[in-house]
Parts: sequence; C-alpha cells; structure tokens
Amino acid sequence: MRFELTPRTNVSPVMRALAPVAAFIVSFLIAGFVIWLMGRSPIAAFEVYVTQPLSDPWSLQELLVKATPLALIAIGLSYCFRANLWNIGAEGQYVIGAVLGSWLALRTHGTEAGLWVLPLMLLLGIIGGALYGLIPAFLKTRFGVNEILTSLMLVYVAQLILDYLVRGPWRDPKGFNFPQSVTFDPSATLPPILEAGRVHYGAVFAATAIVLTAVILGRTLFGYRLKLTGDAPRAARFAGFSSKATTMSVFAISGGLAGLAGISEVSGQIGQLQPSISPGYGFTAITVAFLGRLNPIGILVAALVVALTFIGGESAQIMLKLPLDLTQAFQGILLLCVLAADALVSYRIRFVARGGGK
Amino acid sequence: MKPDVSPPGKPLVELKGISKRYGDLLANDGIDLAIEPGEIHALLGENGAGKSTLVKILYGVIEPSAGEIRWEGRPVAIASPVEARALGLGMVFQHFSLFDELTVAENIAVALSGDWNLSTVRGKLGEISRTYGLALDADRAVWTLSAGERQRIEIVRCLLQNPRLLILDEPTSVLTPQEAEHLFTTLDRLSAEGCSILYISHKLEEVRRLCRRATILRGGRVVATIDPRASSAREIAALMVGNEVGRVRTDAPHHPQGEMLKVGRLSFPPVGLHGQALNGIDLVARAGEVVGIAGIAGNGQSELFAALSGERLADRADAIVIAGKACGTMGIDARRRLGAAFVPEERLGHAAAPTHRLSENTLISHAAAEVSRSGFILVNAARRLARSIVQSFDVRTPESDPQARKLSGGNLQKFVIGREIIRKPRLIIVDQPTWGVDAGAARLIRQALVDLSREGSAVLVVSQDLDELFEVADRMAVIHQGTLSPLKPAREWTKEAIGLEMLGVAQAQGGAHAV
Repeated sequence: MRFELTPRTNVSPVMRALAPVAAFIVSFLIAGFVIWLMGRSPIAAFEVYVTQPLSDPWSLQELLVKATPLALIAIGLSYCFRANLWNIGAEGQYVIGAVLGSWLALRTHGTEAGLWVLPLMLLLGIIGGALYGLIPAFLKTRFGVNEILTSLMLVYVAQLILDYLVRGPWRDPKGFNFPQSVTFDPSATLPPILEAGRVHYGAVFAATAIVLTAVILGRTLFGYRLKLTGDAPRAARFAGFSSKATTMSVFAISGGLAGLAGISEVSGQIGQLQPSISPGYGFTAITVAFLGRLNPIGILVAALVVALTFIGGESAQIMLKLPLDLTQAFQGILLLCVLAADALVSYRIRFVARGGGK
Repeated sequence: MKPDVSPPGKPLVELKGISKRYGDLLANDGIDLAIEPGEIHALLGENGAGKSTLVKILYGVIEPSAGEIRWEGRPVAIASPVEARALGLGMVFQHFSLFDELTVAENIAVALSGDWNLSTVRGKLGEISRTYGLALDADRAVWTLSAGERQRIEIVRCLLQNPRLLILDEPTSVLTPQEAEHLFTTLDRLSAEGCSILYISHKLEEVRRLCRRATILRGGRVVATIDPRASSAREIAALMVGNEVGRVRTDAPHHPQGEMLKVGRLSFPPVGLHGQALNGIDLVARAGEVVGIAGIAGNGQSELFAALSGERLADRADAIVIAGKACGTMGIDARRRLGAAFVPEERLGHAAAPTHRLSENTLISHAAAEVSRSGFILVNAARRLARSIVQSFDVRTPESDPQARKLSGGNLQKFVIGREIIRKPRLIIVDQPTWGVDAGAARLIRQALVDLSREGSAVLVVSQDLDELFEVADRMAVIHQGTLSPLKPAREWTKEAIGLEMLGVAQAQGGAHAV
C-alpha cells in the first residue's frame, strides 16, 4: 500500500475558510493528548490556556501586547511569502532593529534630548531591520545563495551581537554586573495608548501596517507583482517585473517591519536592552503568517490566537507546572496542522494497492 | 510488438454510450466509438467538443457518468492510467507531464513500472530513437529542451511499453513536415504490426493522409464517422465547427512601410549547457507585413523571442531597434511602451498566470496601460478590458472572469493574443501562435494577426507550422542552429525548400548528439 495526493477539482470556499478552524481543533486534541501523557488533565489545561486568559481583563490586554509584535512581523513576512521568498530570519531583523534603535536611546541617555528621540529611534529600528533583511536578499540576487539558510543563520549572528553589547560596551555600569543596559529615559520610551494601560503604540503601528498592507496587496501593481512572482515567476518576468528588485524590496519591507516590532517592544515593553528581548516572536510569526493565509485580516486574527498560546503557556507553567517548551511544541503542532489542513483541502488522499500496475 | 490476439473482425476497444456530466455541462453525450485492431482512427473536433474528456475516460484518468468500455469484447472498468497501461494502452498527452529537473532517461524510467532501470531505459531509448527517428539525448535535463523535444520523450515513453492501442493528442504540432512524414511512416508500421492508434489532430490534411476512419465530435456528441479520404478537408472542418471554415483572407491591399523592427547582428552565447546560441541575426519587419520564421523546435526560437521581447537583454542597444528606437538594452516593459507587444509560446505560466483571473492577467502586459494609475490597479477597468477581449476574440469561458487555467488551450490562446492585439501595437511578435489550438480558434487567431498587419502594424510570427506560415506570412525565413536564413517573399519559398533547410539542420544536430 502507498498513498498519493490527487488534486481536488473543485475546492469550495467554505472548506478553505474552515480549514484553519479544523486545524486549530485538531492541534488542541493532539496537545491535549500530550498533556494527558504527561499526567495532567487536558480539561484543566484547556481552561488555563484558553478560558482564563479570555475572561480576565488583564490577560486580554496582555493578549494585545503579545499580538502586536507577532502581527507586525507576520505582516512583513506575508510580503516575502507571497512572492515565494522565504525569509526565516525575522527574529534576527527584529533584534537588529531593536539594537540600532536602542543605540540612540543609550546615546541620548541622561541628556535633555527632546521629543525627536523616539521617532528617530523607531526610524532607526526600521532601517536596522531592513538593512539586516537585505543581506540575505543581496546574497540571493547576487550570488544565488539560498535565502532560507542565510536568513536563518543571520538570526544567531544578531543574537550574539546583542549578547555581546549588553554584556560588554552597553552594560549598565550601575547594574550590579547584570547583562543589561540602562533603563531608557522617558523621552526614549514608547508610551502606552491609555494611561496606566499595558498596550503601547506598537499596537497602532501594527493596525496601520495591516490596513496599509491590505490596500497594497489587494489594490496596487506592487501587490500584484508579488502575487505574480509567487504564482508564475516566468509570467512575472514577462510582465517586466525584475525578480531582483522584487526580492530586495520584500526583504526590506519584512525586515523593516520586524525591526519596528523589535524597537517597539524594547522601548515600549522592556524599557532596556537585555540578552533576551523576544520569546521567539520572529519564528512564531511564520506560523502566524501561514495561519492567517498571508491575508492581512487573517494575520490579525492569527496573531491574537497565537498570542493566546503565549499567555496560556505562561500561566500553565505557573499553575500546572507544564514546561514552556510545551507552548513552543503546541505552536509547532499548530503550524503543521494548518499546513496539513491546507493540503487536504486542495488534495484528496488516495490509497493505492501496490503492484496493481505491474 | 505483441501479436494480435483479438479475434478477427472484433474491435480491440469499443466505447458504448459514454457520457460524462460536470454539473450542468454534458462533456460527453452518449458516445459510441469502436477501434479495430491495427486501425488508425482519427478523433476530430474543436476544443471543448469533448475529445479530451473521452480520451481521459478511455485512459482511466476520469470516470464516465454512464456507458461501457469493452476491451476485446470484454467489459472493463479502467480506474486509473496504471490499469490502462496494464491493458495495453499508451497515451501521448498534448500537455506534457515531465519533471523539468530530471534527465530524459530519468523521466522515462520514472513513468515505467516493472523491471526497468536507467541503463536498460538508456539502451532501449537509443534503439527506439533510431528506429522511429525521434532523436533524443538520454542525459539532457528536460528543462533545457524545447517543446518539440519534450514531446518526443512522451512518444518514446509510450512506445517503450509496447502498447496495443496508442493514443496521440496533436502529435505533429511541433514537427517539421519531414519529421511528421517520418512519424506517419512509424505509425503506419505500428498499425501494420497490429497496434491500433487513436489519432487526435486538428490538421485535417494529415488525418486524411493517415486514417481510414475518423469520428467527429461536436458539443460532446458524435456528429459523423467518416472516411476522411472520401471527404475534403473543408468538408471535415465544416462538420467539426458546424459551419464552413473560410480561409484566412490575406488579399487585402498590402503596402509595407516603415521599419517597425530592425535586428542587426544580434548574437548571444548559449544559456546553459544545451541552450542555443544566436549567431548574427539580421531581420527587418515593416509596418503592414507579416514576417514568418520557420524552424524545428529548439533551434533558437525561444532565445530569439527572449531577445526580441527584452526578457534577455542584448549588450548593444542598436542590436534591436523598435519603431526607430534602439532598445537592445531596454527591458520588456520599456519595449511595450514603444508600441511593441509579445506573445510567448507557453500560454500557462509564461503568457498567463494559471491561477489568476482573466482580469488580473490583463495586468501582465498592460502594467503601463489603462488598467492601472499611479501604481494602483483599476479593478473595474481591468474587468472591462478582460470582458472586451473575451467578446472581441470569441473566448469561450465557463464563467465570467474565470481563472486562466479553466480555459481550454484554444480559448486561452485567443485571450492571450487578444490581450495584445486590443492594444493596437505597432509591432507584435508571436511565438507559436496556434500550437495545440483547434481549427476554429487557429483561423481566428491567424485572421486577427493578418488584419492587424493590414491596419499598419508589423507582425512577426515564429512558428513550426508551415501551413500556418504559408497562410499568413508575406516574407519568410528559416532559423536553424541560431542562424537565420535570408528573408524572402513567401511565394519564393516552397515547402520542400523550407523543409530541407530545417532537415539539414536536424541531421547536423543528430550527428552532434551521437558524438
């Protein structure tokens, strides 16, 4: 026996829309089974992971806080993925954006620098992320190097640069030797939208990016260019779209948005540089982008859903003594289920008896 | 070849009342068809007449809604191509199913079940190539091959399995007259050896050359089963399309004027190991004329198209002059802005994006035109444009604004050509305008190209179909091994002269491959 995938001739839009929901349910079942294997109650876990965060105002705010970087990064990645370019290095672009933006915060620390600091920091964050994203793009267009490998490896480079800076030159001299920078001045801090709230202006950036992207991808030639490059590269060349220019621009966009997410997170949430400034947002955003089917609105929903797993994972760690790794495993399971659901919507599995053809 | 074991006089395969329904559409409506052992039976019909559906049912790709298939008098259910092959059916599809990255031998080995390995395939491949004149280099990767060479792989792949019934879908579209004649000899021989052949073609003359019986489909039904030798090509065509097919009118007054395209000493090194170099191509196309370029697949046509369209840039601007502007180093978009239009050979994936709607596909060549403004897509304008192309060029669509892949080959080609012609280009360059297109669509396309030239545009047609070139071209040249023969008025060429130019090249290439 072997099985083969045969394309379905007519895929109903309803099926296509329901696929992520089915994927979500299946991944819950799988995760529940794993939790049961670990000797915990899956029902209690579901409560901690889903019910509690959604019924508690503090957690709901936290949901937006966590969804913000995910949505920003995933929106950027959707530009790449639509054009069939695989930027796996958003985590690194996020880090470099944060580092470059923070450089200004640290340079102006303790001075009377005014209102210009924060916008310039954000701009530097975007530039840093974009430039870092352009490295794999350049290597691909100039030398034909596979962008998956280079973008991924550059993540580790970025993390080590950050690590070096906070342990070395940028370490807070009064910080009892902890590997962290000074706390940013108020002029270098991204304020919360509501006073005493937790949700900072990064959420506004994310919302803006979602709306702009919906317009760009749906209504502009540039958006069509990405779609055509992804779906029919030869037709894209025939249309006069240079694949090099496309590659460079989508990597710059996704790197820039990841960098913006990075500097927003550091200046809005953390308030200083430290060795770890991301629980893997850059990688999780890949899941988010696909869970949202590379569609801006879909990505917004997916970012909220995945943010839920982060929050639920934290409480599960405290309340059920479940390891944080389980959250990452769950995110992985979710991505696999989404991809499988997509495949099963478009293809039918057919079992073929071996040897019939001989 | 296996001996013919079916009882004499009994058909090898018999289709009885085959119907296939897709929703409201009856693609096949009670079709009866019988093929005798050793018979070459033609299946004729326009695109959309139901030929592909019928053949796919016979080959086990799709299941009929009703009807029965009898193989040597015995009812059979053919559930898959594997079972079809086990029965002794072989099929050469019009659209190739080959892996681009694999070599010729690997592609053949992959499709074979049983005790084949690469070296036995290679040995047998050489044998079959020689016997049937289907020159193929076993170790070339498929992506480096032209459409014509790819088709040869498909034919050889079938012959390797000693089929009892061979189904050929448009097999000669990419062959020279001599190669086609060679194939006919091969088919005659297969038929004499007892192998039945179901021959699908739009080329009526070759059906008359080859077949003793022809079944004509229209709108999913059998309209006639005839002896094609007893009827003229025009009568058969009339049965196929339901009304008489006229010839392309080329007799309108014709006064070539300014040079719309001037190619001077255009040379390119080959791309990749097996690419064809272009050697000092000189070419002029004037407003008001149709220039035809003949040649066997893989002699530099696709390279020439890429150079003329700007998908590949020349190193000198003056190598290509469009409408008086030296543009050899300008990209395709800039050339379109000079008034040029291009139609590549591959419809799906090159001229059009398969999964995109027709309105989106208008953007591919109209990026600079009325369907966008300051970078924004004018969605309604694009839809209107798609609609007017569909109407003006009689594109038959299953729904309004469908995905390109949902159109049949002929209809998509009408759309792709229409998309360019509707811009009223000053110069249009078309590679294989009617390859794999039914007679009605082919005539419409050729007429549209001729009409465009008579309205004062320059038309350059690259084609392997000599009948087509003689029908439309005012001047012609032959391309062989990247070198273009001098352009001469079409009436100074004979088919034989052109064929010999092409064949001389074929022999030289065969020699080169053998070394």
